[in-house]
Amino acid sequence: MSATQMPDSNTSDALAARILARRHRFQWWEPLPWLLALGFYFVFPRYLGFGTELLITVLFAISLDLALGYAGIITLGHAAFFGAGAYTVGILAKHEIWTEPISGLVIAAIVAGAVGLLSGLVLLRTTGLTLLMLTLCTMGLLEETANMASEVTGGFDGLDSLPIKPIFGTFEFDVLYSSTQYLYVLGVLLVCFIFVRTLVYSPYGHSLTGIRENTLRMHAIGAPVRMRLVTCYAISAALAGVAGALWAQANAYVNLSTLGLDRAATVMIILVLGGYGRLYGSIVGAIAYMALSHFLSKAYPTAWQLGLGVLLVAIALFARGGILGIADQIRSRLGRAKEQKPS
Amino acid sequence: MIEIANMVLGGLAAGMVLFIVSVGLSVTMGLMGFVNLAHGGFAMIGGYVIVLAMNRLGIPFVPALALGFIVVAAISAVFERLLYSRLYRAPELDQVLFTIGLVFIMTASVLLVVGPETQPLTLPTSMQGQLNLGFMTYRTYSVVLIVVGVIIMLALWLGFERTRMGAQIRAAVDNRRMAESLGINITRLFTITFAFGSGMAALGGGLGAEFLGLDPQYPLKYLVMFLIVVAVGGLGRITGVFYAALIIGVVDFTLKKYLPQGGTVFIYAMTILLLLWRPQGLFGRPT
Repeated sequence: MSATQMPDSNTSDALAARILARRHRFQWWEPLPWLLALGFYFVFPRYLGFGTELLITVLFAISLDLALGYAGIITLGHAAFFGAGAYTVGILAKHEIWTEPISGLVIAAIVAGAVGLLSGLVLLRTTGLTLLMLTLCTMGLLEETANMASEVTGGFDGLDSLPIKPIFGTFEFDVLYSSTQYLYVLGVLLVCFIFVRTLVYSPYGHSLTGIRENTLRMHAIGAPVRMRLVTCYAISAALAGVAGALWAQANAYVNLSTLGLDRAATVMIILVLGGYGRLYGSIVGAIAYMALSHFLSKAYPTAWQLGLGVLLVAIALFARGGILGIADQIRSRLGRAKEQKPS
Repeated sequence: MIEIANMVLGGLAAGMVLFIVSVGLSVTMGLMGFVNLAHGGFAMIGGYVIVLAMNRLGIPFVPALALGFIVVAAISAVFERLLYSRLYRAPELDQVLFTIGLVFIMTASVLLVVGPETQPLTLPTSMQGQLNLGFMTYRTYSVVLIVVGVIIMLALWLGFERTRMGAQIRAAVDNRRMAESLGINITRLFTITFAFGSGMAALGGGLGAEFLGLDPQYPLKYLVMFLIVVAVGGLGRITGVFYAALIIGVVDFTLKKYLPQGGTVFIYAMTILLLLWRPQGLFGRPT
């Protein structure tokens, strides 16, 4: 089911280490998505707004994948951190406290990460349904607070026309997603992706997978399970905060929609659509979802939602690995061909 | 004094609706261990059946309620047999995903068939206006809701405690394996319980349509509220859900009156603290 193959119990540690190291090595096709993303910039200059949104969504989905896909933390409230990052940037910019974009991302990551750390310390004592409820309530708490503290957050209307300084003092942000922003977001996404890639292939990342697959055993071998989960949750929250901050900068506004159940459910759908617990699932899921919703929702708003629902039900019932899972199955069914084609 | 009575009565009426909708969810999640996020969807479908039956077919309120219950119970029995039953042993994530998908399907179907506008529910004249309670007058419909809620609570309690079916459900909630090995037909029990729970949700959807409103966004809008009631009340505990719904109904009603802005924050914070203190809910049994 999972992409990670566990070594047999009788293989030596050295072999296991070598397998892990080999998995960590970059595959020849891995630069492809990034080259495609760069190519998109030159080929479709009119769709850069759409592209920027797509890249931000990918980052948000990757952050959720770390918590949900790798560590198995069931959360329905991940938009809490997206919103925390977005509001951090928004409030700092609107009140003219801090308008530099890149350091703004760092501040947003720290704030969102701190929210994740604090809530994780408290919430991750529980599991299953209680955890699901608690993440929902935490998000609701933040949403209502943002709604209530209207002097700072703009309440229901949010904060708009945020002043954003040029990147490095030279690259001017063009209003409403355009060329600079696309490249800026792509660069941030690449950095975050490499960070997550390194993380999930590290021993720490493998211990997360171990906790997901068999928490009891990880306890038994003495792994500090709860602290691992809390740190993972905090890192994931910080990344979601970066995604939220990018969203606020790219749109030059922030409002309650960054914080609600809609956004949390959508990113979960995207992740599961592509295939969770695998690095490229978020990218595939985001492309599939965004392309479908962008083109179909305008033509058939209602039917598109119906189709999405049917798709979700079908994935939950028949294809638990998402699109990449289906691709894997087809590949393994096509025979035990040695040369594996990338999906 | 009158003001306090006002608060309590209004909150109790809202709490009764919460109870009627949530009690089925509590049993589904407690008995079957299924994270059924589509429960509010069944409440919405029930509400639509009831309102449309009244507005378009001219069926009176009470028979329309019965019709809503039957239609939704039948639909959900089919869903349970064909779809839900495949995911009983699946991870929670798959259940979450599946039921969110169902919510999308339900919302889109209602949009397609009925349209996006809020459906008005006209109460029968006998339930409109004010009722003299002796020490004060109060909205008749709120009093009706309280009475209906108490009757349903008593009926459910009797059914749970005094019938063979109820004993089987209790046995399955407490120890499913033992119940199975005693020869209780779990499959049939699940289908009946699920259908009944969804039927109750439909009833709540219809009874609450007058003040909760009825539009395609209903299932997601009130999802957190229903989940909070179940989490506070404890899984599979009918009396627990009853008390939890009443407490939350009264607290919510009071806060909305005095703190229209910050009321919900308080409910969320209260729920978080409570679940940290007692993960099994205020009235649930420790597992």
